Amino acid sequence: MRAFLAAALLCLDGAAFAQNVPVVGDAIPASLTGMPGDPARGRAIVLDRQRGLCLLCHSGPFPEERFQGDLAPSLAGAGTRWSEGQLRLRMVDGRRLNPDTIMPSYFSTEGLRRVGRAWQGRTVLTAEEIEDVVAFLVTLRD
Amino acid sequence: MNHPWTGPRLARVALLLAVAVFGPAAGPRSGFETMSPELRAMQQDDLANPGMLHVAEGEAQFQQQGCTACHSAEAMQGVAARYPAFDAARDGPIDLAGRIAQCREERQGRAPLPREGKEMLALSVFVAHQSRGLPLTPNPDPRMEFVRRQGEALFRERRGQLNLSCGQCHDDNAGRRLAGSLIPEGHANGYPLYRLEWQGLGSLQRRLRNCMVGVRSEPFAPGAAEYIALEAFLAERARGLVVETPAVRP
Ligand code: HEC
Ligand code: HEC
Repeated sequence: MRAFLAAALLCLDGAAFAQNVPVVGDAIPASLTGMPGDPARGRAIVLDRQRGLCLLCHSGPFPEERFQGDLAPSLAGAGTRWSEGQLRLRMVDGRRLNPDTIMPSYFSTEGLRRVGRAWQGRTVLTAEEIEDVVAFLVTLRD
Repeated sequence: MNHPWTGPRLARVALLLAVAVFGPAAGPRSGFETMSPELRAMQQDDLANPGMLHVAEGEAQFQQQGCTACHSAEAMQGVAARYPAFDAARDGPIDLAGRIAQCREERQGRAPLPREGKEMLALSVFVAHQSRGLPLTPNPDPRMEFVRRQGEALFRERRGQLNLSCGQCHDDNAGRRLAGSLIPEGHANGYPLYRLEWQGLGSLQRRLRNCMVGVRSEPFAPGAAEYIALEAFLAERARGLVVETPAVRP
């Protein structure tokens, strides 16, 4: 039943889905897929400059990566500062915490303008990818 | 929006005060100033600046294409420093490439040149180069004020899948690093320019298209009114910076 529900929700696009995601305080406590993510895949997404894009703005404990951005706080220690649910909300739609944030909403298409043809109606990451990234971020403990 | 105490005039008064108090560093900073010493030297040495080959090509085109029937090269001095202009014939703003296209198609009756083509870039870079060293003094035509305000709105509007505005990078985060790239203030005082990443000369519209595609936004069509409005606002924002054409950028 639970797997079926998750599958049904995933058919919706991110905008509709994100509205149905249960936000509790400043967190989304439950996994978007009903399953735990894979931290190794999450790490690969975070380092991938076409998929995660995280290092455009953030730096982190990735000494092998050249050219890390400095528009945002370092990801080092993110898992100590924030709970899994807080990290999930930050990834899904950080605008709910800070409407002016420059961090893209990775799982919402709400309110976007002039999205390029190739990206229209698509979220930056899928629910599964969000879970992978969250699973990786909780391992960043300084 | 253009209230005298909140609009650009206040910004200019504030700027003048800031210059008086803190010295000239408070004004707009050209992308030139944040480049490596090697790139700055390359831009400043006409023998090393790859854009100068295109200027020479443009000078030849200026003759061959018959521009000299109506214009001298000397008369082109200062033109780029006050563009975009208001064009009465089309009752709207026009940029330099648009004017060159208009001269060619309507006054000479010849086939259009592609905007990013070699000839159009060469003619534009030659004409703009005649203003090198002159300060940007945006067109005072009052009809341009509306266009500039449209441009400012476009500059501040968030767009694309990444939902970022021009201002969020070029006002709020200039000087920081977007991965490996230093974010410049985003002034358009050196176009057309030679960009190492392009391995060639490119127009301002090409640059703006790159920034838009970078935030996964749908770029406007070449020559679109939106680009000209943005250019008009960028010129006001960069008022006083000198024309560097052909600039060199990473
Ligand atoms: C365009 C810039 C940008 C991109 C791309 C970006 N972020 Fe962020 N991020 C920010 C900013 C700025 C903040 C600071 C908080 C705010 O502005 O809301 C932030 C905050 C965070 C935080 C909280 C940090 C803390 O300790 O306070 C985490 C975790 C995070 N981002 C993870 C990510 C991950 C993972 C990715 C990629 C999948 C990513 N970000 C992509 C700009 C960005
Ligand atoms: C996510 C960040 C970002 C956004 C948003 C952005 N730009 Fe840029 N822009 C850059 C970077 C970085 C460069 C420098 C090029 C490089 O080194 O890659 C640049 C370069 C420029 C330049 C060239 C400056 C020079 O010195 O030659 C102009 C002009 C410019 N941008 C205007 C704009 C406008 C107008 C918009 C909105 C339509 C915009 N940018 C949106 C990051 C951005």
